[in-house]
Amino acid sequence: MAETFGDYAILGKPIRRVEAVAKVTGQAKYANDIEVADMLYGFVKRSPHPHARILNIDTSKAEKLPGVKAVITGKDFNGFKWGWSNPTRDEEPLAVKKVRYLYEGVAAVAAIDKDIAEEACDLIEVEYDPLPGVFTREEAMQPGAPLVHDNRPGNVTVEYHWNFGDVDKAFAGSYLVRKDTFNTPRMAKGYIEPPATVAYWPDPNRLVFIGAKGSPYFPYRILSRCFNLPLSHVRIIAPFIGCDFGGTKNDMTNGDFSAVMLAKKAGKPVKVVNTQFDTLTTDLRRHPMAVTMTTGVTKDGIITGIHNEIISDGGAYTRMSPLTHFLTGICMGMPYHLPNFKHDVACYFTNNCSSAAMRGHGIYHTAFARECQMDMIADELGIDRVEIRQRNVIKNPKPGTIYETINGAHLATAGTEECLTKVAAAVKWEQIKKKEKVKGNKAYGIGFATGCYLSGTQLSAHNACAAIVRVCEDGSVNYLTGATDVGMGSDTVGSAIVAEILGLTIEDVDIKRVDTAFTPADPGSYGSRVTVLAGEAAINAAEDAKHQLREFAAKKLGAMEDEIVFKGKQVFVKSNTARSMSWERLVRAACYDAPGRVIIGRGHSKRSTDLHTLADFSTGKGDIGTNYSFTAQAAQIEVDVETGVVRCTDDNNVIAHDCGFPLNTQAVETQVLGGSYHQGVAAALYEEFKMDKGLTVNPNFVDYARPRAYEAPMTDVLHVITNDPFGPFGAKEASEGSCCSAPPAIINAIHDATGVWIKDLPAQPEKVYWALQEQKKNKSKKK
Amino acid sequence: MKGEPKDLKFTVNGKTVELKVKPKALLLDVLRNDLKLTGTRTGCEVSACGACTVNLDGKAVRACSILALQANGHDVVTIEGVADGDKLHPIQQAMVDHGAIECGFCTSGMVLSARALLAENPKPTIEDIKKAIQGNLCADSGYVKYIEAIQMAAAKMRGGE
Repeated sequence: MAETFGDYAILGKPIRRVEAVAKVTGQAKYANDIEVADMLYGFVKRSPHPHARILNIDTSKAEKLPGVKAVITGKDFNGFKWGWSNPTRDEEPLAVKKVRYLYEGVAAVAAIDKDIAEEACDLIEVEYDPLPGVFTREEAMQPGAPLVHDNRPGNVTVEYHWNFGDVDKAFAGSYLVRKDTFNTPRMAKGYIEPPATVAYWPDPNRLVFIGAKGSPYFPYRILSRCFNLPLSHVRIIAPFIGCDFGGTKNDMTNGDFSAVMLAKKAGKPVKVVNTQFDTLTTDLRRHPMAVTMTTGVTKDGIITGIHNEIISDGGAYTRMSPLTHFLTGICMGMPYHLPNFKHDVACYFTNNCSSAAMRGHGIYHTAFARECQMDMIADELGIDRVEIRQRNVIKNPKPGTIYETINGAHLATAGTEECLTKVAAAVKWEQIKKKEKVKGNKAYGIGFATGCYLSGTQLSAHNACAAIVRVCEDGSVNYLTGATDVGMGSDTVGSAIVAEILGLTIEDVDIKRVDTAFTPADPGSYGSRVTVLAGEAAINAAEDAKHQLREFAAKKLGAMEDEIVFKGKQVFVKSNTARSMSWERLVRAACYDAPGRVIIGRGHSKRSTDLHTLADFSTGKGDIGTNYSFTAQAAQIEVDVETGVVRCTDDNNVIAHDCGFPLNTQAVETQVLGGSYHQGVAAALYEEFKMDKGLTVNPNFVDYARPRAYEAPMTDVLHVITNDPFGPFGAKEASEGSCCSAPPAIINAIHDATGVWIKDLPAQPEKVYWALQEQKKNKSKKK
Repeated sequence: MKGEPKDLKFTVNGKTVELKVKPKALLLDVLRNDLKLTGTRTGCEVSACGACTVNLDGKAVRACSILALQANGHDVVTIEGVADGDKLHPIQQAMVDHGAIECGFCTSGMVLSARALLAENPKPTIEDIKKAIQGNLCADSGYVKYIEAIQMAAAKMRGGE
């Protein structure tokens, strides 16, 4: 698929990743590959209780074990607490008085090898007073339920109640009102690379932290506060990162804090590596939510109003739950026109490990409910499932105009209509829908769904995002950004933008991994913000460097500055291209001329703060995105009606994606395939943590079954170009929207094939089997 | 005595290696910690993710699930030994060109599983490829481009390049 778009030298085409060779040859260093001279190994002692008071910790035996160099407990952190924002700082680096989830860290050891560190942890004696716990949101909300945090009555983590228009009036005037409850499960983030950290103190006041962090400026600020260091003395270095998907690699772990404190105490570098077991028992998960959605429609299937009632399990600590639950509602006004909207959402503390951001953050849950319910309504009204979506979809605003959603989000572009048209045509929907669905013991079905996602997240703090473009005297270029590529390809896109603007090739631009000692501050990789905001910063920095060189070039070539063009590694005068010089000669001359110049371009993202009114968490009004991406998807599945096994077929799996303008077509396709398939199909059919009173019953990739290559549909990706005026070169985010459309598309396909509704994800074989049995029973009763 | 280091002699990426290892040491630990071949990744350590896949006598094997001493006298190829100097192996080249790679953590294992497949079956179908990499979990690529890249590499290798 070598489609290209736009009239650019580099952008709008497949661009080879800048780090691909390092990765394919095994040379890329991830956190666990980092070694520092004289390094010790750290290990975290974890609680065997999900809820218990800590009465005493005796570390004396551990300290005496030969090879042990430092032992710490939570008390070493002097009462420090941290959290997502100031009012939600409710977590300690290691628990001091009380543990709130199973395997929470309570102490840690550094030793000369891993085995000794682990053995020493076994020698630490902790006296606990076990407490009754709450393990489901329903238990947590009972009057008189045990409290996870003594100062948080009712175990409420966060709740929002928003109201736009008048849903009751809308429902009263509707032809049909449907109320359905859908469940989304607790899911692993699914990265294969367990988090790892190496920390050391070059001197007692300076910290170096090398860790698998998708948002290195989070630990930068948190560790500065924790260890009372000026930010200038905190150096966070990002190695290559084996995926993130939100959550743990944005945030801190017991192991991260322990590595830093152990290194301080031992006076030597300390490395802490999570095992996959640690990851699957203690790392942040997707929130399990119950979404009750009430939707009113006219006889023609036009939506009159939606009321959401959501309850959610946030686990032991607040973490990012305030953002997650805000996101469940903030994009409800798209991709369908919504005239009345009410949103009631509440998240509860439980004694499970904490929940947090995960691809499709928040929006995923309500998108699943909305898209399944849309099919239910279509069937009830006898309207085609694609047609009902087309009737409701927000049309792409005419250039220069803005569509405002009911809660004050602004869309300059919205390609859902074209996405839907393209996928319906690609699977030949009009022909295929009439085909016989059952062949022997197999039933086949196609489902549709749309998705949308915010792009270029705008939050009220820590939004600063900048880039530096340093032109070396030989014409080569360093591009410095604080944005972290966790696998999505932002290093490549940023480098490509700089090269495009300076008229160079991408090979001329070198990007370093994030190092807070040198790169400018950036919020990090979350909220699909990097391409849009760090991309804008890259444009501004490259333009600044170009401006400095243009001034000099104008003098050299005897032309006005605005006549100077940078293209194909040449600099020339627009009206007389013969008056030119090579990029390299220009740069050398500029740097060596007396007085010599140092060409450093700098730029920052302005859209992240200047564009719209920031969304208000308490009212749900305003913009969370700089712009918004859209998706439509068709999924074909095969159901074995005897066993309930569902699999995606290789045919008729198509996603059309409006990411505004695909800067790197190849990366957009791979992202959409991975974003839609892995995180979407996985959520629809396979993945769920099974819990038993705070214990994760399936904490490994055998029992926590994840889709494998033979379960991967050979999906086609179609580009829809809308050229968004708020994005760099027209771009919006790619692939979080498609993560939201895959689960409902697949559940709708199962219904299309068999007539059964699986409203609780995932549609694992047993669930589908019993639903089919139930259907059989009901059918025979009717006879 | 039990637990005392034992002699291990095997070929790694074409070179004979001799060292003393603890009997309980996994091949993965010896490759990563003793030989500093960190391109073999530690993912799950229970043979479920395939990030540590190496070739043992040409077959795809999980280095986390065999003891280093079991490799005694055998031939091991890790990701560091796949390219011919600076020239990428066709499998590697196809993965780079086709944009199969995202975070890259599973990539070493994917390359080694594909290498074992193509040594045995130069003309694999999509189903053959899916089967060959079924032990390699990937979190972010959706597998599709890896599968296509392996097919492209097979075609190129059959072409005599």
